[in-house]
Amino acid sequence: MTMHVLHGGRDGLGSPSPLARLAPSRWDMVALPLVLGLLALMVFGGHEVAQPLSQLERTPITLDPWTLPYYALRTTLRMMAALGASLLFTLVYAPLAVKSQRAGQILIPALDILQSVPVLTYLSFTVTFFLGLFPGQVVGAEMASIFAIFTSQAWNMTFSFYQSLRTVPSDLEEVCTGYHFSTWQRFWRLEVPFAIPGLVWNMMMSMSGGWFFVVAAEAVTVGSTTITLPGVGAYLALAIEQRDLSAIGWVILTMLGVIILYDQLLFRPLVAWADRFRADTVQAEQRPTSWVLTMVERSALFRALGRPAGGAARATLRWRFPSLPKLKLSAPRLSPRAIKIGDYVWQGALAAMAIYVAVDGIRFMATGVTWGDVGHVVLLGLATMVRVIVLIVLAAIFWVPVGVMVGMRPRLAAIVQPLAQFLAAFPSNLFFPVAVAVIVHWTLNPDIWLSPLMILGTQWYILFNVVAGAQAYPVDLRDVIANLRLRGWRKWRDALLPGVFPHLVTGAITASGGAWNASIVAEAVSWGDTHVQARGLGAYIAQMTTDADFPRLVLGNVVMVCFVVLFNRLVWRPLYGYAERRLRVS
Amino acid sequence: MNLTPKSLRAAMGTPLGVTAPADLATAGVAPRTPSSNAPILTVRGVSKRYDADPDSPLVLDKVDMTVDRREIVALLGRSGSGKSTLLRIIAGLLSSTSGQVSVAGKPVSGPANDVAMVFQSFALFPWLTVLENVQVGLEARGVPPAEMRRRALAAIDLIGLDGFENAYPRELSGGMRQRVGFARALVLDPGILLLDEPFSALDVLTAETVRTDFLDLWADGHLAIGAVLLVTHNIEEAVQMCDRILVMSSNPGRVAAEIEVTLPHPRVRTDPAFRQMVDHIYGLMTRRPKAAPGPAETLAAGLSLQLPHVSTNVLAGLMELVDGAPHNGVADLPVISSALQMSTDDLLKVAETLQMLGFAEVVEGDIRLSAPARQFAQAELDVRKRLFADHLLQRIPLAGHIRRVLQERPNHRAPRARFETELEDYMSETAADETLKAMISWARYAEVFAYDGDTEQFHLDAEEEA
Repeated sequence: MTMHVLHGGRDGLGSPSPLARLAPSRWDMVALPLVLGLLALMVFGGHEVAQPLSQLERTPITLDPWTLPYYALRTTLRMMAALGASLLFTLVYAPLAVKSQRAGQILIPALDILQSVPVLTYLSFTVTFFLGLFPGQVVGAEMASIFAIFTSQAWNMTFSFYQSLRTVPSDLEEVCTGYHFSTWQRFWRLEVPFAIPGLVWNMMMSMSGGWFFVVAAEAVTVGSTTITLPGVGAYLALAIEQRDLSAIGWVILTMLGVIILYDQLLFRPLVAWADRFRADTVQAEQRPTSWVLTMVERSALFRALGRPAGGAARATLRWRFPSLPKLKLSAPRLSPRAIKIGDYVWQGALAAMAIYVAVDGIRFMATGVTWGDVGHVVLLGLATMVRVIVLIVLAAIFWVPVGVMVGMRPRLAAIVQPLAQFLAAFPSNLFFPVAVAVIVHWTLNPDIWLSPLMILGTQWYILFNVVAGAQAYPVDLRDVIANLRLRGWRKWRDALLPGVFPHLVTGAITASGGAWNASIVAEAVSWGDTHVQARGLGAYIAQMTTDADFPRLVLGNVVMVCFVVLFNRLVWRPLYGYAERRLRVS
Repeated sequence: MNLTPKSLRAAMGTPLGVTAPADLATAGVAPRTPSSNAPILTVRGVSKRYDADPDSPLVLDKVDMTVDRREIVALLGRSGSGKSTLLRIIAGLLSSTSGQVSVAGKPVSGPANDVAMVFQSFALFPWLTVLENVQVGLEARGVPPAEMRRRALAAIDLIGLDGFENAYPRELSGGMRQRVGFARALVLDPGILLLDEPFSALDVLTAETVRTDFLDLWADGHLAIGAVLLVTHNIEEAVQMCDRILVMSSNPGRVAAEIEVTLPHPRVRTDPAFRQMVDHIYGLMTRRPKAAPGPAETLAAGLSLQLPHVSTNVLAGLMELVDGAPHNGVADLPVISSALQMSTDDLLKVAETLQMLGFAEVVEGDIRLSAPARQFAQAELDVRKRLFADHLLQRIPLAGHIRRVLQERPNHRAPRARFETELEDYMSETAADETLKAMISWARYAEVFAYDGDTEQFHLDAEEEA
């Protein structure tokens, strides 16, 4: 009875012959130029990277708008490289943390710390290392900036993969065991596919954050070392230095184009593709679509390219690793006592290492830091924290009503959702010069008026999540609101706010994390030789970076990490737990 | 239709198709007539504890059983009888605490080669097509792609999934999904096919179709499998499908009885012999004291008594039903089960909760209401609450215990965690959690004490909660 209805129109065995499936289709008209074009661009960009460092000095950045497409290409390639590295890191790090309990004991807290360290700090600490790795070559500088972008992307992707690995459905795990999957096959057949929806979503978030930092990471001065890599960020830095407003306009326009292209060519297809990996088995009413994915799936060119690749990938799934099962069998033979002793030894070793590193770090800081500095920096941290809290509250007060209104109107939501996502990806630092101009012109207090810049780029997560929450608000509860004629404040307090609160918290967590990270860029802004600075931890770290005052730089970062970690533990985690327990509408 | 020679012989010998059930809890499985082939599956003295702790409760207690070639055997039991655990030990997914399992003469010490399993939840990979899902086990065995495809298509064809090769599981109905589950197992030509309640997630009509299709394939000799072991809590399903039924008792799981089913195929549920056998097994499953504790055992159990989380609405509903005409206080459980479209397992859980509370007696497949229960069924809400409170405090030691603790404390408050730790001395964490949940909902109904979910505290004054 149910059979014929459900037989979807998928191509494949239904079509007449395998050869017919390889015949060109109209999608090839788009696919062919697109693939060839992208290939050519990648070869060109890669060639540029291999140039000696002196090349950079001979062809300095120019403000000619026609160079912008080239700069955008370089910037995009950097992003891609970082994303690739992040993915690789994720695929290795998270399984390690899950499969080995002992490794997980250190890897997961480490991840928590790593993601609290401001992105630009990674750059200042590693730039000399990378330059030394490839002396006199552009590659070294490129690596440093790619590494900085990597640090803005990798952590949340890894967290997402880790979470997925821990929540793999147990019946599917039993299938893998019962049907004799190898570890390798289990990884690619179960664990990775199960994690894909979450991973793709986090890749999108990572990329959004990445644009902000790629702009900041292309023109950086650490003491006497200055890197200026050809790219959108370097162009922006030069435009600021030369106070060229029209150049700023051009760079904003370019970025707009780049992000739209990126969205259409990479993310839409990825999200649409990831949808098939959702583990729930009900058919969604609305599935994400992407013209690029449709093209890839329907064009003969891609199918011809994909076939051998797919075959080769599947062939690897039949690999057997004979040594692994034996290892597994011998492991449980250890007595519980031996395992416990092993645990103590391992934890002891970790503690010893932590103490060693801490002592070493303190000794290093002691070379240039006084107790007065410590107190000063903690006060600065408090100042930045107040800014973050006030801004999140203000953004919530503004965006929650807007988000709920939008979310309850499906047609409007369909427009606003992608727009909010787009705005979140747009590197807000492009607008900073405008803020400086305003502050200088009206002689405003930078301690107050620079603050909004911190949340300029990340407030969209609040809007985005609240809209999603309002969309998920149960229809019957909306009927109840109408039926009981709840109105005004009462309606918000009793019905709407509790309903969207879990989503608001999710958005606010993202926004606050981004705001802390953005403080380094947002609390100290320049326009030509005019420098505007707010009193805060971000400005302090930025200053110490330029001065290459490493003991104070370490101090600033340690304090910031402490603030962020404590803030997460003491504010966000309990709030999130409360929202999940009490207010989840299901 | 097509019968195994053994069942044919037996069917002619005993018209009812029932052989005397042997109580095997102490004696183990009675020696079976030696067949020309050795059994495909042998389970000897298998015990399993809840966890590695040697003092933890037994889930399975010295289980012995065999499955011969060309036989369908059912492991029939209620939830908590360890039947799924036993199946997973046989499949090599779990290890036993003691005892030995061998499949086709080889001892099992990990996922066995000659075994394939069909899961209650289907357990299909949502991101693989039907064809890929069926191929996945062959892929793991390193079968070359061409052969893999040929065999998978043959299995898909056999199980009636032709035309669905490229569909994704989420596009299929439940019945079609379980067919994929069957195809995935059958394609491996296993020596023994393990079925873990494969039809219980399907609606009644779909389950019937998939079940009879499978039986037809089996009877016509289309399946290259040696034998089938079915885990189920559905008595009718076991009688319909199997040559032999092993009834398992609960806490700890033991093989309590073995029944040969020699009714001719196709078996019709309305056939009197079929009904009689179902009634007989119902009786076995509700036999005391193994099945459920009576009032005396309940009190003796003290805090170790596990409470099932059954809503007071359901309890009241069953009392009203049995109290009313035509039952007038005594009812046949199978009759109620089919009238309410409720599974045996769920119904027995409710009936035994009533027994625990002193509202009913469950004997040999019947439920008999006590006098207070009949009063309850006809009373107003206030009287009902008072009756329920009396029985709760008298019969359930935990209720009296919590109330005493609250009365002794000056502020009349006590945290949930306090009782949770106490219960965990006697039972697993999940059981303790369910017991407390049941306690909270019953106590709220009876207004004997209150519970505040925000602070996770019990307190005495029920008014305070509002």
